[in-house]
Amino acid sequence: MKLSPSPACRSALALGLALAHPALALTVGFSQVGAESGWRTANTSSIKAEAAKRQVTLRFSDAQQKQENQIKALRSFVAQGVDVIAFSPVVETGWEPVLREIKQAGIPVVLTDRAVAVSDPGLFATFIGSDFVEEGRRAGRWLAQKTGGKAVIAELVGTPGSAPAIDRKKGFEEILGAHPEMKIVLSQSGDFTRAKGKEVMEAFLKSPQGRQVTALFAHNDDMALGAIQAIEEAGLKPGQDIIIVSIDGVRDAFVAMAAGKLNCSVECNPLIGPQLFDLAAAVAAGQPVPHRVPVAEGVYDQSQAAAALPNRQY
Amino acid sequence: MGSWIHLVFWLLFAAGLWAARGRTVFWPLLALGLLLLFNELFTPGFFALEVRGGHLYGTRIDILNEGAKIMLLGLGLTLVIATGGVDLSVGATMAIAGAVAAQALVAAHLSPGLAILAALVAAALAGAWNGLLVAVLRIPPIVATLILMVAGRGIAQLITGGQIITFADPVLGYLGNGWFLGLPFTLTVVLLAFGLTALLTRRTALGLFIEAIGESETASRYTGLPARTVKFFVYVFSGVCAGVAGLIAAGNIHSADANHAGLYLELDAIIAAVVGGTSLAGGRFYLAGALVGALLMQTLTTTLYALNVSADVATVPKALVILAACLLQSPQFRARLTRRKSPGAA
Repeated sequence: MKLSPSPACRSALALGLALAHPALALTVGFSQVGAESGWRTANTSSIKAEAAKRQVTLRFSDAQQKQENQIKALRSFVAQGVDVIAFSPVVETGWEPVLREIKQAGIPVVLTDRAVAVSDPGLFATFIGSDFVEEGRRAGRWLAQKTGGKAVIAELVGTPGSAPAIDRKKGFEEILGAHPEMKIVLSQSGDFTRAKGKEVMEAFLKSPQGRQVTALFAHNDDMALGAIQAIEEAGLKPGQDIIIVSIDGVRDAFVAMAAGKLNCSVECNPLIGPQLFDLAAAVAAGQPVPHRVPVAEGVYDQSQAAAALPNRQY
Repeated sequence: MGSWIHLVFWLLFAAGLWAARGRTVFWPLLALGLLLLFNELFTPGFFALEVRGGHLYGTRIDILNEGAKIMLLGLGLTLVIATGGVDLSVGATMAIAGAVAAQALVAAHLSPGLAILAALVAAALAGAWNGLLVAVLRIPPIVATLILMVAGRGIAQLITGGQIITFADPVLGYLGNGWFLGLPFTLTVVLLAFGLTALLTRRTALGLFIEAIGESETASRYTGLPARTVKFFVYVFSGVCAGVAGLIAAGNIHSADANHAGLYLELDAIIAAVVGGTSLAGGRFYLAGALVGALLMQTLTTTLYALNVSADVATVPKALVILAACLLQSPQFRARLTRRKSPGAA
């Protein structure tokens, strides 16, 4: 670890940065998956902004969705002798050799957002990311509370086979297990998109079960936003006739909540910069950290939406 | 009154089938009829029709509205396929058109008319790029249009900055969501596009030119046809059709989703054209067949939603119905079927 050479500079920094950031002038290498979505863009800017704020030297590399690019970036971080390496792996497998090289170089690794499959969990220090199952549970709990444990539910599932779709469904159904009067009567994939969410909801509303539906659970905000339009076009009031809960907490969802059309959005927070650099500082200083760190995430309903809206960054 | 309309619907459908007998469009129409009959028997609520908020409301209306995109793409693709080509980039072109329109409204604060114009110009340019590669540089169409299929979505992402751009514009919203004479406005757009295309290709020699070029480009050039020019403009036409479909897709959800707008829709549109009777080998095209083929594709999708078939397995029944429709369209298969049924007939 390199410390700032000038004592004057160091004291000035110490004034600005409290004891929480002992590792001044930390150098962190971060390899991002790419820039495939608004969520990812917000993730990247949070990390860059926090690095600038803490005066951490950030070596940022964009893998453009390719594992080979990411492995190259990790090796170059080793060659540069950074203090901590963080990355969001493009795929789950194939990381053993490069992680061993990094371990031999004595550099701690922090995984963000996505996990890796390795035989030895000691190959990385910690993993910080959203817990999709917990997000599903939170949506379920909120709905159970709102409806008093009584609901006829339509579900808009994410892309079949994707981790968030599987885990969010699992968490939600776990909660339903404790509420016998909450039942999912319709469940279809809306592919995480607004257009499909709308198209599927249109079909739902015309089916005999769909006419009984009192609540909607969408695996992400975009599908809920599409479904809201379908519900409006059917002459119903979204948020009143049908209670809607979804996951992600994107800006447009807050707009819909403030307008009373969406009831609740469970946050899936990409703004991990502060937590990431707390962890990086801790592992660089050799302090013990939990092997799995959940991202700080909230559950927002209509009463908080208008106040929170101006601060939404994604 | 509901059952009255129901009866009239089936009578009209039967009359349509009768009128189409002996023509290519009969077979996709028959497949569509069988699928609707299946729904009549097994899908509760499928044929419910009522008036809500001053317009018709029901599953069949949804099919017309959601199917409009495939119908428009199908029109463009039918002409492209008739020249012996194919256009894989129409889905990406939809994304570009939606992105341009949304950014013109939101970022550049243009009027909706100018935004629509800008989107259509962008879509025409995308088509012209394909036309240039295919007609002038002689790159095989499947490769040439694959380039834009891959790159186009990236271009759309660049335009939107990787975000979903939401807009509240009523004009573009009307294009995707509006009602005209109690029916979705998209239906009017499709019928206008169909009417114009049919007029241009069947009331002038243009349709014959296209078919001649699809049959043999060399021979048609020797007879003095401007083969290159015709080919080029067929791709431009396909691009513009995709542009209109992209505007409808964006208007429908009041936002431009560059990642997902029109994703894989080119495949539905190609199937629609082929089920409609247009040969992938080129040389023949059936515009009405493409429209019926597109309706068949959308009816199939909506049926699977209505029956709550899990998305993991929904592709299998979908593929089976498409296979059946393609077989119905194949004269060889039909000949074999009738021969087997009546072995005595020589």
